[in-house]
Amino acid sequence: MSEQPAQRVRVTGPARRRADVVRRVGAREIDAETALGEVFMRSLLREQLFLALRVLLALGTTIGLLPLAFHLFPSLGDVRVGQMPLAWLLLGVLAYPWLVVLGWVYIRRAEDHERDFADLVGSVEDEP
Amino acid sequence: MSTDVVPGVVAVVLVSIATLVIGTWGLRISRTTSDFFVASRTVRPRLNASAIGGEYLSAASFLGVAGLLLTFGAEMLWYPIGWTAGYLVLLVLVAAPLRRSGAYTLPDFAEARLGSRGVRKLCSVLVVGIGWLYLLPQFQGAGVTLRSTIGAPTWAGSLVVAVVVLASVSPGGMRSITFVQAFQYWLKLTALLIPACVLLAVWMADGAADPAAAAPSSWSIPVASPGGGIGLYTTYSLIVATFLGTMGLPHVVVRFYTNPDGRAARRTTLAVLGLLGIFYVLPPVYAALGRIYAPSLVDGGSDVLVLELPSLMVGGAAGAALTGLVTAGAFAAFLSTSSGLTIAVAGVLSQDVTGRRWGSRRLGGVAAFRVAAAIAVVVPLLLSLPARDVAVARTVGLAFAVTASTFAPLLMLGIWWRGLTPAGAVAGLLVGGLGSGFAVAWTLAASPSDGWGSAMLGQPAAWSVPASFLTMVVVSRLTRTSVPAHAGRFMVRLHTPEAVELQR
Repeated sequence: MSEQPAQRVRVTGPARRRADVVRRVGAREIDAETALGEVFMRSLLREQLFLALRVLLALGTTIGLLPLAFHLFPSLGDVRVGQMPLAWLLLGVLAYPWLVVLGWVYIRRAEDHERDFADLVGSVEDEP
Repeated sequence: MSTDVVPGVVAVVLVSIATLVIGTWGLRISRTTSDFFVASRTVRPRLNASAIGGEYLSAASFLGVAGLLLTFGAEMLWYPIGWTAGYLVLLVLVAAPLRRSGAYTLPDFAEARLGSRGVRKLCSVLVVGIGWLYLLPQFQGAGVTLRSTIGAPTWAGSLVVAVVVLASVSPGGMRSITFVQAFQYWLKLTALLIPACVLLAVWMADGAADPAAAAPSSWSIPVASPGGGIGLYTTYSLIVATFLGTMGLPHVVVRFYTNPDGRAARRTTLAVLGLLGIFYVLPPVYAALGRIYAPSLVDGGSDVLVLELPSLMVGGAAGAALTGLVTAGAFAAFLSTSSGLTIAVAGVLSQDVTGRRWGSRRLGGVAAFRVAAAIAVVVPLLLSLPARDVAVARTVGLAFAVTASTFAPLLMLGIWWRGLTPAGAVAGLLVGGLGSGFAVAWTLAASPSDGWGSAMLGQPAAWSVPASFLTMVVVSRLTRTSVPAHAGRFMVRLHTPEAVELQR
């Protein structure tokens, strides 16, 4: 250790923490892995997983059923919409906006769940 | 040099120069090891989505899909749909937790989740293997493109791509390649969109003939030939491979670590869904017009449809300009996908091979990355030189089957199921990897034949993915005493929103 005072250097970095973070009793319960924290986490996990499965079910029962539909009813191959064969219209064009809609719905719901979770964890402090 | 090669040469040179300039520009803002691997995790969703789109749309998407659609019709629409829907599956099951895990690469994730060096090593081997399997068709496709447009020998195209990739990746790493790839997405979209509009106008002026009239009726049925039970199996197997395979692609996964947080990772994925959807509407246009204007390509050489259709439909200088544009797009496709794969493979190699102590020497982070990048490019380049022509989209499809049978189960169970053990993960990776790997090797080596055996090996995902899942679950239950002690803690970290401040 030198006695000479070092020259001052300004050290800056990107802001890592948001101002509105919740650092409450609930968060400590989760950190400590108590029974209460465990209940919080399990419920969030289950909600998010069921949401994901619902979106995948919606995908499977729409786009996923098309091969089966065309297999069972080959006459669908002759159906035209305007000049376009039905298969080309469904798979070549309409499938893509549908995927975006599913993704958008998922993000909205998932963020709702996370907001509810943050509120729940934050609200533990307010209880007597 | 005859005049009809000029647009091709100009296009290739311009794209190469633009790539190098943007890559070098990235050098100025790329300083630390973290910049190299994950662009210091500060890439915003919109830029990141363009970069993912640019990296993901490979030669298979730009050239291969239109060619396959031309020859086989609607059954091949499952390739672009699967490659897009894979991002929806990734979004709902993997995106945010994967980002919150805070790991650099797939092997990092496996080690952090399972606390096992063995799993890590196995994952590293798989990443490198899959990366090379995916790089091989990119180099071959580049050779085919240059041969078709400027008459260069096949090895020349492969070599040009390899050199440009190495030159743009080595100086700036992930930070600079992010800009390069974002640029290349928009270049690819423009290069397909503008000629498509012109060609559609020509088609209208010619009286708008019906493309399906010239095609057999199977052209309008989205079930794989020869139809029946085998056709249905092949179609669903392809769906499983592409829907699940996307999340395990090493070059895609590495991109998710460059998002600032889990929320941004989700938004990035949604933007990618939109960008891919816009792009994939275009190849069917080329395929449909090809049925009318390029009937000679239907039975052979359909991979060059996108490159040759403009000059077949539009003559003179306008046709040459459009040819130059699509050539530029194709070349950008090889460059961006190869760069992304090189980064992913080099990231793993530099952590597990070149960054380790060799004797008394040890390379620093950035130097190790550069050496690893050279290895990552040179090996598949050497492999591509003697290899025979394999349809680009076919090899890429096989790579999807392998990732769907290995990393997809590992990620899905690792993120959603506490009970996964190291032994279960290793067993599942081996069953899925060896099963699908054997099918890939057999398909690439043997000549195709009809029947169930050939169908099941040619499109293995429908049995290899469930086999891998089942093995992971069963072996994990048998070894349940070895569930990592920190598993619960790690799951909390994966799923807790950023707004809740935990001790990490």
